[in-house]
Amino acid sequence: MKLNRRKFIKRILIVAASIEAIFLLKDGVNKIDTSSSKDLFNAGKADSFEKNRLYPFSTGQFFLKRFEDGGFLAMSVKCTHLGCVVNANSKTGGFNCPCHASQFNKFGEVLSAPATRPLDIFPISIEKGEILVDTRKPVKRSSYNKSQLTYA
Amino acid sequence: MANKENGQRIPSSLERFILHLHPNKIDSRAIKFNRTFGLGGILALLFVIISLSGLILRFSYIPTVEHAYDSIIGIRDNTLLGQFIRNLHHLSAKLMVLVSFLHLIRVYYSQSIFQKRAENWTYGLLLFFLVLASSFTGYLLPWDQLAYWAVTVITQIVEYIPLIGDSLAYLLRGSKSVDGNTLINFYTLHTGIIPLLFVILMSVHFWLVRKAGGVALPKTEEKKTVDVIPNLLWKEIMLASIVIGGLFVVSVFYEAPLLEQANPLKSPNPSKAPWYFLGAQELLLHLHPFFGAVIVPFSVALFFFGLPYFRYKNVNIGVWFNSSLGKKMSIQSSVIGFVFTFILIYALDHFLHFDIWFSGLPGVVSTGVIPFLLYILPLAGYLLFWYKKHKANNTEMIMACTSILLSSYVCMLIISLLLRGEGMQLVF
Repeated sequence: MKLNRRKFIKRILIVAASIEAIFLLKDGVNKIDTSSSKDLFNAGKADSFEKNRLYPFSTGQFFLKRFEDGGFLAMSVKCTHLGCVVNANSKTGGFNCPCHASQFNKFGEVLSAPATRPLDIFPISIEKGEILVDTRKPVKRSSYNKSQLTYA
Repeated sequence: MANKENGQRIPSSLERFILHLHPNKIDSRAIKFNRTFGLGGILALLFVIISLSGLILRFSYIPTVEHAYDSIIGIRDNTLLGQFIRNLHHLSAKLMVLVSFLHLIRVYYSQSIFQKRAENWTYGLLLFFLVLASSFTGYLLPWDQLAYWAVTVITQIVEYIPLIGDSLAYLLRGSKSVDGNTLINFYTLHTGIIPLLFVILMSVHFWLVRKAGGVALPKTEEKKTVDVIPNLLWKEIMLASIVIGGLFVVSVFYEAPLLEQANPLKSPNPSKAPWYFLGAQELLLHLHPFFGAVIVPFSVALFFFGLPYFRYKNVNIGVWFNSSLGKKMSIQSSVIGFVFTFILIYALDHFLHFDIWFSGLPGVVSTGVIPFLLYILPLAGYLLFWYKKHKANNTEMIMACTSILLSSYVCMLIISLLLRGEGMQLVF
């Protein structure tokens, strides 16, 4: 195809206009952050949680798990397959998704498809013995490792 | 009336308006019912019904998380004819999805998408996309459990698109999960932007139909033309009356569904996408999301948009299925596609556990490539058989491909709609 000056300038203009349009659209429909709490989710005193137990926090939409060694892990209740809310499975200690039958182990790793990655986790910080969970920022991960745990 | 001049009757302004939509005279074969089944006309009518009923509903609907559900209850219980209008809106929207699918099939199989009609095929597909988009955005507005989780499931599928998936889903929802921002987004799209786009694209669609010379017809020696008024007009009025009458009667008895208010903490079991997207959800149960949400949808879309532009050798415009061989192949490959998809899904559910057998391989291979090939290869072999054995032309071959794709989707949709029970298990 022959590209003369007029055509070239015309195309540059179209490309520039499209990019501008995308940014206008993207920022134009932006919303203010309406999430009710700007603060971290306070789950309570770290000592009050027994080891090797799972605590569901339905308002914070996460499961708080304390493992044998005392490490905490906050896992999102949202199934990584299509976003349904998973249920704790008391027999296996893991999680089951009611929608499409994905299964997760106690670390949130996938036991059976269709889910493809482990449950997202929320960063935990511990201040003055209280557990604070940052529920605004789910962290994606490809597998469980020890560094994801937080210790009191 | 006094509209007579020199013995020549002058059409009234209403008639003249109709003659802007239709030509003055028309080929008598074009107005036979089984040429078009009136599907395009029904769609135009449905658009009008939906727009009017939607406008009335807009007076009572409040697009906020706190009030959306209550306002629907209010429409149902406290508004004069409120539930009737909601039923009408709901039913017409459902019918519109169905009829636009049938219209697409009719146009394709009567070979009306080539040459000067190729451009209009693109606009038709865009309109079909708009039908789905308007239906989907409307799905959220009642803010009940059905709405909330259906939209959650679909916007989550969007996240599987690599690179742009996350930000695209965020743009759609206006937030990380479905909430008030999503509701206001969908409300704006549903009642403002999409209807506007509809009007624009419909105008172009109609204009291009006229420009292409109306309904596609096979070539013939002698042409018999008749007046549009009254020959076509009466048929249109009759069909419109039947559709309107039928919708009104059914709306009296049929109740548009409304479950309990949306609860983001509790997913119903099973959570299903809107019914027309169920085929896509079924696909995602069996295929790795990289295939199920990216490769397959995009290549199918590309295939459909490209349909008029492949190098065809023997196109018979306006001839149903192009030839008798085409008819035979289309019907047979539809049946084969349907049955094969059904068997494959049953097998994948019960016997073939690739994710466990090949747990050493990455998920893209074990649950992506392998089931994908398991579907593609036998069907490719089947098509090859037609090609070698019956010397099928590429027109017929591509028609068979389309038939297989369409019937596979319909099969997955039916399975997901009717046979998936709790925990998405197959229930007969």
